[in-house]
Amino acid sequence: MNIKNFLLGCLFFVFIFSNKVDSRELSIQQLEERKKVDLERTEKRKKRGKKAFSKEITLTTKITFVSMERKIPPVLSNLDPILTDEGFYGVKLAIEDNLTTGRFVGHDYKASFHRVSLDEKLNEEFENLIDKGHKIFVVDFTEDEILSLKNLAGFDEVIIFNIRSKSDSLRNESCAKNIFHMPPSYSMLSDALTQYLVKKKWTKWFLVTGPDQNDKNYSNALKESAKKFNIKIKEEKVWDFTSDLRRTAGKEVPIFTKGSRYDVLVVADEKGEFGEYLAYRTWDPRPIAGSQGLKPNSWHRTHEQWGATQMQNRFRRESGRWMAEIDYHGWLAVRSLGETITRIQKNGIEEIIEFLRSSSFGLGAYKGVKVSFRSWNGQLRQPILLAAPRSMVSVSPQDGYIHPFSELDTLGKDKPESTCKF
Amino acid sequence: MFNILLLLSSILSSFTVEASKAYITNEKDNTLSVIDINKRKVIKTVDIGQRPRGITMTKDGKLVLICASDDDRVEVRDAETLKLKYHLPSGPDPELFVLSPDDSVLYIANEDDAMVTVVDMNEKMIIDDISVGVEPEGMGLTNNGTILVNTSETTNMAHFIDTETLEIVENVLVDARPRVAMFTPDDKEVWVSSEIGGTVKVINPNSKKVTHTIGFEIPGVNEESIQPVGVKHTNDGKYTFVALGPANRVAVVNQKSKEVIKYLLVGQRVWQLAFSNDQKTLLSTNGVSNDVSFINVDKLKVEKSVKVGRFPWGVVISP
Repeated sequence: MNIKNFLLGCLFFVFIFSNKVDSRELSIQQLEERKKVDLERTEKRKKRGKKAFSKEITLTTKITFVSMERKIPPVLSNLDPILTDEGFYGVKLAIEDNLTTGRFVGHDYKASFHRVSLDEKLNEEFENLIDKGHKIFVVDFTEDEILSLKNLAGFDEVIIFNIRSKSDSLRNESCAKNIFHMPPSYSMLSDALTQYLVKKKWTKWFLVTGPDQNDKNYSNALKESAKKFNIKIKEEKVWDFTSDLRRTAGKEVPIFTKGSRYDVLVVADEKGEFGEYLAYRTWDPRPIAGSQGLKPNSWHRTHEQWGATQMQNRFRRESGRWMAEIDYHGWLAVRSLGETITRIQKNGIEEIIEFLRSSSFGLGAYKGVKVSFRSWNGQLRQPILLAAPRSMVSVSPQDGYIHPFSELDTLGKDKPESTCKF
Repeated sequence: MFNILLLLSSILSSFTVEASKAYITNEKDNTLSVIDINKRKVIKTVDIGQRPRGITMTKDGKLVLICASDDDRVEVRDAETLKLKYHLPSGPDPELFVLSPDDSVLYIANEDDAMVTVVDMNEKMIIDDISVGVEPEGMGLTNNGTILVNTSETTNMAHFIDTETLEIVENVLVDARPRVAMFTPDDKEVWVSSEIGGTVKVINPNSKKVTHTIGFEIPGVNEESIQPVGVKHTNDGKYTFVALGPANRVAVVNQKSKEVIKYLLVGQRVWQLAFSNDQKTLLSTNGVSNDVSFINVDKLKVEKSVKVGRFPWGVVISP
């Protein structure tokens, strides 16, 4: 790993934690103190000669986490540390949680972590792993990277947990029986946001889309949500400026946003290149929503309801930083596996897939209701947190949206609309 | 003269009846609300430790114990004056606890470190901890104090602990996110509520097998909002009351047949329950509507709501 990036990362880390932390969450100092106390008590317990309850191991499951080394894109905002270990601690924490249960039922879990470096070929490395007998994969891959796996020999005998890509096509025309998706799709995120905006009666939008493919994916999902919920998109523009927005936003944004009457500016800027610089600079006084501003997320650092504080604290104790969305997805994937194996007492791929898609599967995920997988495309149905940078604004699905099976299915494409065929 | 006055006052004091009081922890306000059970009014609100949750009392009614979760310790207060007498050590983030029948030992579930901590009430020291599942909460103790059941919210298990050896003897898998474990008055069953699973499981403490799974169905109420938390049994073996969280109702279950008899509408997000001494009244803490509800147990009717602090969590009523 690049030394310069590592040092930069450390600097950001220090910067973040010199800020005041909410009194409910523990400061890094407190977390460190806790760690010390924990160790002391473990020592005392060892001295007492007490053994923790553990059953004889009858089942061992190996879970493989694969991530990619990625080139860090130039971004304007250096407030948040650029993470290079997304997913890792989520997986690690979930393995520990699984092991705690496993101890009581005689199940063991082994994790292996693989990082494909920039000069290695993903397909070769992955093929290697399949050859070596790895069957259960948690992958931090983009849509294209996941699609490339489908051509590998032995693909049909493995199970893949996607923890990064939100692409709708992966859950529709490009779906696969053995791929499960933890991140909400773009259409789930856009529906979650739109339901709230409808509730607020902010039904006239100015839609701004960034230049990247993912921006377009998000934007398309937003347009479909708009149709579904009767939103009027008054104006639509693509952002393709290249100047340093920290200096020029004051000049560029007002002119860019002058024009039609709208209620909210909805932005699709997945990389975060310009979205943060729209607020307070629009021609008319308008709130921002979408990839910045009021943002739909699967997880957010302001989330503390439904026992989430416990998860936030455990994660920070483990990693020294706030849990990011991809970390949460990693945790969801490995816990889903653990929950399945604990209940069915087997770890064959076919059996795992069957149970995950069944109505017997349910996982507590700190979002108030149980999460489960959509049987028709392997997407994890879940509440979506609508958050402003420092406060939780709302949680979707909003009150009043009803559904014959689960209200969570009012978010994203429902079964009848699905184009996924296994 | 003085002797006569002394005599008179001692006669008088033996005649005064101590008003039965309910003590409620307000999780977000860091306060304790005290309610006169007869008058059904808040008579006092006192500042206490940070993020107070579990609350209990010694059998003689003299001491109130409170889990000050964010302070990582237990507060012991005088039940009359509510003045802090001393702290008891615990593990990080104590959530719920239970006293042994003779009040000499306190078993605490520490939500943050997967441990049940055992505290000697006389020495005021931690004498042991027991490694349990992730995020322990529920603490059920047999009336004879021999079996302790702790539930772990993320591991989805009920751990049966022998209080003599302080070791786990068996672990029973229940439905998702178990919160409360409560033994029936005859110690023959332990009922475990699963918040996300939406069920209450009845376990035989000898065979350690699940004998019943109680589900709940409320017309017009979204199934996902039925989240059982608090469980309380009447001593006469007739009813068991189950608080159903965001379904805003308390279920009345026939303790013997396990059938649901009725649903009582209380405040929002009802979690914990407590009986008055004579078991004629049941109190529920409604976390989101910030009030407690008075339920008439004979008539199975909700009679009154009393506003307390923000996010009322635990409730205990003086003996």
